[in-house]
Amino acid sequence: MSGEPSLKSTIDGESLKLAAAGPWTAPHARAIERMIEQALRQRADVRRVDIDLGGIDRLDTFGAWLIERILRALSGEGREARLVGVADTYRVLLQEAHRLGRAPPPALRRPPKVVEALNSIGAALASLARSLVMLMHMLGAVAVALARVLIRPWAFRFTSMVHHIDRVGWRAVPIILMITFLIGAIIAQQGIFHFRKFGADIFVVDMVGILVLREIGVLLVCVMVAGRSGSAYTAELGAMKMREEIDALRTMGFDPIDVLILPRIVAIVVAVPILTFLGSMAALYGGGLVCWLYGGINPDVFLSRLREAITLDHFAVGMIKAPFMALIIGLVACTEGLAVKGSAESLGMQTTTSVVKSIFLVIVLDGLFAVFFAAIEM
Amino acid sequence: MTGQPDGAVIKVRDLVVGFGRTTVLDRVSLDVMRGEILGFVGASGSGKSVLMRTIIGLLPKRGGCVEVFGIDMGQVNEKERQAVERRWGVLFQHGALFSSLSVRQNIQFPMREYLDLSHRLLDEVAIAKLEMVGLGPDVAEKFPSELSGGMTKRVALARALALDPEIVFLDEPTSGLDPISAGEFDYLIRTLQRTLGLTVFMVTHDLDSLHNVCDRIAVLAEGHIIAAGPMSAMLASEHPWMKAYFRGERASRRRD
Repeated sequence: MSGEPSLKSTIDGESLKLAAAGPWTAPHARAIERMIEQALRQRADVRRVDIDLGGIDRLDTFGAWLIERILRALSGEGREARLVGVADTYRVLLQEAHRLGRAPPPALRRPPKVVEALNSIGAALASLARSLVMLMHMLGAVAVALARVLIRPWAFRFTSMVHHIDRVGWRAVPIILMITFLIGAIIAQQGIFHFRKFGADIFVVDMVGILVLREIGVLLVCVMVAGRSGSAYTAELGAMKMREEIDALRTMGFDPIDVLILPRIVAIVVAVPILTFLGSMAALYGGGLVCWLYGGINPDVFLSRLREAITLDHFAVGMIKAPFMALIIGLVACTEGLAVKGSAESLGMQTTTSVVKSIFLVIVLDGLFAVFFAAIEM
Repeated sequence: MTGQPDGAVIKVRDLVVGFGRTTVLDRVSLDVMRGEILGFVGASGSGKSVLMRTIIGLLPKRGGCVEVFGIDMGQVNEKERQAVERRWGVLFQHGALFSSLSVRQNIQFPMREYLDLSHRLLDEVAIAKLEMVGLGPDVAEKFPSELSGGMTKRVALARALALDPEIVFLDEPTSGLDPISAGEFDYLIRTLQRTLGLTVFMVTHDLDSLHNVCDRIAVLAEGHIIAAGPMSAMLASEHPWMKAYFRGERASRRRD
């Protein structure tokens, strides 16, 4: 058990003798490799080499492989190698090692660095285009499924949709109310602090009202929903894909779009406008509270100013955007879920992608809406 | 290569294992001898996997003791436990390959963690282990999700053998394989056992495996080991469950 491995080389007449001794096992592999390299460099002029294994007291596959490596190196140089003093217990293992590793390893051809960099740019662009196409596919499939449901309403999975509304909508209410309340309060506080310098405190009400109803309410809710429910959609569908549940559905004659995706997307499209409304109200409430306690603007004054500052248009802009953004989140989440491959790592990656991509697309869509509403003067 | 040359490498004494109110194993005692292939059979749900998982320390025991290489696994500290764990390999029923690593990385994983090896040797030995289990080097860069059932089992076996263990635990190695692949796998286990001098503890339902590769068979029923011995003893037994198992319809059809 104890002792160190060794490989001693001596010249014996016409031949070189390598005497291996000690434990030739995995824990000593690094030392043995070094000894082999040294031994092979010595006396390269001697054509005949005897490798004496008589002194080896332990041998495992690592050791056997290293002995085999000496043999192959020697025969590769055209030298004659022979094993002597092989104990019977190790004979089978050495024969096994002799048989293995004959096939050349698959060549890993690496293109030059520049090509690789260009490749990765190209691949990224191609995958971007592919993901847009996938998103369009999903939109089309959902639209078809929706049309089917409109023709045969009884086929719609109502229970499933209610279940998802409960998870996406109802259970999100507390956290949405809290976050939007805080953001409303913070915007009001910042506004009062800076507007006070030129005596324009009262315009804080305009700013809070317009900002919250048009942008902040819906954006915050969408970011929350993408993080909370979009990721859950992706992970659920991805896990089902990994365990072949989706294939099972298909073989039973169900369309996974009808059974799994449509109820989820309808649920998110219903839930997000409701959450947006609640969130906007909470933000206005938070803003009003800060105006009163910090800015000294009376609630009555706040309300009457708010009534002057905002029109129904501002409210409508926010509410119109909500279902479209919800649709984007739902589509991205479901597309990414179905893109999950077999590994746990891919599930994690697609979930991350789902959240990042849906938040990004929500913001892009918000920009497009801003242009659109400006054009129709709303 | 240490300790008793022909003695028991695994000694289980009066082992009691249970979950909640149920007792799955009730004072089970079993010896696994060095260099043998022990087939472990029992009805589904009788606790075969529970015994295996208790021996390798994945499940807590309520009583009794488990000795591996003469070391009482109940009394060891973390370091001693690791030293013993390095000397066994486990093939899980569904392979349990790491899905985010390639086949080569799966096999190299235990080597990287426990051994100080050069990059070249790591690669060469990983390929050698793959070939030992009958797969070509072209499989090395594949990922577990791209492998068939039989290949997954072979790769999992290669990973179990990565550190040159002295004991290999196999949990239903041939389940889910077609009879030809199962036969090849049996032959592989036999060959590897001879080449590497392994002790094999094999939970199985495959009567062919029991006939062809097992030196000894242990039968678990009603929480006890009701018999242990060579196949001839199993066939001679008059215990009703064993009669049904070894001489039942499926078993006799096999010999026709």
